[in-house]
Amino acid sequence: MKITKGAVVTGGTSLEYKTGDWRDQKPVLNQSWCKACGVCEEDCPDGAIHVEDGAFSIDYDFCKGCGICARECPTEAIQMIPEEK
Amino acid sequence: MGKKPYQKKEDYFVSGHRACHGCGMALAVRHILRATGKEVIVVTPTGCLETFSSPYGFSPWRVPWIHHLFENGPSVASGVAAALKAQKQDSVRVLVIGGDGSTFDIGFGALSGMLEREDDVLYICVDNGAYMNTGGQRSGATPLFSSTTTEPAGKASMGKRQIKKDLPAIVAAHGIPYVATASSAYLRDLREKVKKAMTYHGSRYIQIDTPCPSVWGFPSDQTLEIGRLGVQCGLVPLFEMEEGQIKTIRKIKQKIPVESYLKPQKRFRHLFAGKGGSEALRQIQALADRNIEKFGLLN
Amino acid sequence: MSVVEGSEAVAMAIKACRPQVVSAYPISPQTHIVENLAKMVADGELDAQYVRVESEFSAASVVSGASATGSRAYTASSSQGLLLMTEVIYASAGMRLPFVITGVNRTISAPISIQVDHQDTMSLRDSGIIQLYVESVQEAYDTHIAAFKIAEDPKISLPVMVCMDGWILTHSYESVAYMGQEEIDRFLSPFEPEHFLDIKNPKSWGSYADDNVLMEFKYAVHQAMQDGKQRIREIFKELSLLTGRDYRGLVEAYRTEDADTIVIALGSVSGTVKESVDDLRSEGHQIGMVKIRCYRPFPFEDIWEAIKGARRIAVLDANISMGSEGAVGMDLKAKLYGLKNAPLLVDFIAGLGGREINKRALRNILQQLDTVGKKPPFLKEPNWVGLNPTLFP
Repeated sequence: MKITKGAVVTGGTSLEYKTGDWRDQKPVLNQSWCKACGVCEEDCPDGAIHVEDGAFSIDYDFCKGCGICARECPTEAIQMIPEEK
Repeated sequence: MGKKPYQKKEDYFVSGHRACHGCGMALAVRHILRATGKEVIVVTPTGCLETFSSPYGFSPWRVPWIHHLFENGPSVASGVAAALKAQKQDSVRVLVIGGDGSTFDIGFGALSGMLEREDDVLYICVDNGAYMNTGGQRSGATPLFSSTTTEPAGKASMGKRQIKKDLPAIVAAHGIPYVATASSAYLRDLREKVKKAMTYHGSRYIQIDTPCPSVWGFPSDQTLEIGRLGVQCGLVPLFEMEEGQIKTIRKIKQKIPVESYLKPQKRFRHLFAGKGGSEALRQIQALADRNIEKFGLLN
Repeated sequence: MSVVEGSEAVAMAIKACRPQVVSAYPISPQTHIVENLAKMVADGELDAQYVRVESEFSAASVVSGASATGSRAYTASSSQGLLLMTEVIYASAGMRLPFVITGVNRTISAPISIQVDHQDTMSLRDSGIIQLYVESVQEAYDTHIAAFKIAEDPKISLPVMVCMDGWILTHSYESVAYMGQEEIDRFLSPFEPEHFLDIKNPKSWGSYADDNVLMEFKYAVHQAMQDGKQRIREIFKELSLLTGRDYRGLVEAYRTEDADTIVIALGSVSGTVKESVDDLRSEGHQIGMVKIRCYRPFPFEDIWEAIKGARRIAVLDANISMGSEGAVGMDLKAKLYGLKNAPLLVDFIAGLGGREINKRALRNILQQLDTVGKKPPFLKEPNWVGLNPTLFP
């Protein structure tokens, strides 16, 4: 990348930096247990949980595997499993 | 289900930042910006947040953002606010989001100056109680008897000897219209406080307790749980002050001993390991009890 | 022509440049400038946000934040205040924030003193701020107007410091010709930076840079200065045409054409040196002087043009790098090294803490130049002018 005047960077460009490979634990969402309450989406420090028309999914490009979503999910719909490397 | 499906809100602090696993600060910042919306300029002094959000070429900030130095977040924000006023950009608001090192310690003079001038800035301290960016050194925000790398617990030490600086009270003494404390474990409360602060002009201050799994020493999935325990035991009182008066208190359901909060954290491990720990715990419990009494935290 | 105090002339220049944000913190001998600006704001003559900060650190930070938001911004300081600003100035240069600071020269503590020398501004020479030194109140007025144009030039985009000697220039009354507001508005177009904090186009400033790019960013600042020399020359030339006063170069050469000996100086002492040159010329000495107007970027090409025919150079440094020499002397020696026919150069530490440099002191310097010139190896130490050995314990 070329250098810019004063090292100014365009906002939102961190989406080009995938943090998914930091993960050693992987959250897996059991759709049938999910009540679409939104707790996991709210509680994710990495904004790695997507929701579209009430359907939730985990963005493994960015999920670092911290496990907050699994711990906070009121229906235990998310399980942490070891990441396969 | 007749319920309206949960809709994701727009994020202005997006994925790809390099915060540690389970970072309470990153979580808080996402929600701060959800509450403010996009018509804000954010100033962030040097610290964890600055470092994990600014590697050259990759910015998670979808609002204009500036990091300048460690100790000048408030005065850079004053300059931004002055420029916006000169340009008559009345709808654009100014935020500082900075850590406790810059807020409680190195930037304290600048903060006091900004507050005294009543500059139109919402100052948010994302407080993890030590200098985490450099590995967890003691700050003025470090709680009593926490072990830090510059004031470690040892045979002759129980860790930090002083209580945490009561910054909300000091800030409130400047006579500013809005002061609040919040926690990354209570996100709706956090967003509501930010929204409330945005309805005021002049200087406003919110201090957000943001647990740090890496340095506090607890598993990364427990960030919210530890945050809740801090609030529920009374050590982290959540309140709002408007025009100098306490307006709201987040009540705690039932009194839990401070041990429940301290024991899962490595930084307090020494309190449970040897002599002197019980006296230290008694003193910490007294701090919690004092908060419970002072703020009327119990129903 | 009006007869005004130097500080007032500077404030008049700043007002005419229409800054949107001014920050101020008191320190002698800078204070009259910001007091004048405060009165202008209070009287409704200057439409600027005037931020009364709690320290010079914040004074510099406020103008940085304002500049990043796309507003023209100004502050002033002296001595300890400039040192307190130092960290901010380095960062702002790296972030390419163009604002203007008047650096009113005053010595640095300890011992504390409010008298003039260049130790304060010289300590900022490596920061990436452009430094312009002025000789007179008129030059201070004109240079401040040029300073904004230089700072905001898209190729430069760096903070600029106008360095003026405390008391001698800030507190003395001189007759000054003010420019017309329309002329200034034509000369200085509105500040329209390439990047600014803009909600419609969110950018991030103040990145963390690793070793894979950091050196390139430093090079970019250095190169903005180096390439900026030509722009500064052009801007000064434009200023000359506008004012009818001679600001053709980054340096001013005075009677150097056939000079065997040349004195190099910065700031208000240049006037005294010129008078001495005239006196000594009338006594038959082949002497001239070079005044460095733009010190950073360092205009060696321009200096060399003026001194290349000379045999001996005396540099008057109103500063000292403790344990080494004066800043200007070091700069010049470094550039002269290896050049064919490089003249003998002697560094004189002169005028620290307001010690007067008068015509007698200058004659003394020339005598020393004769001595050291004859006795190589010379220059184990810089020469301290007017030092009083009877005071040593």
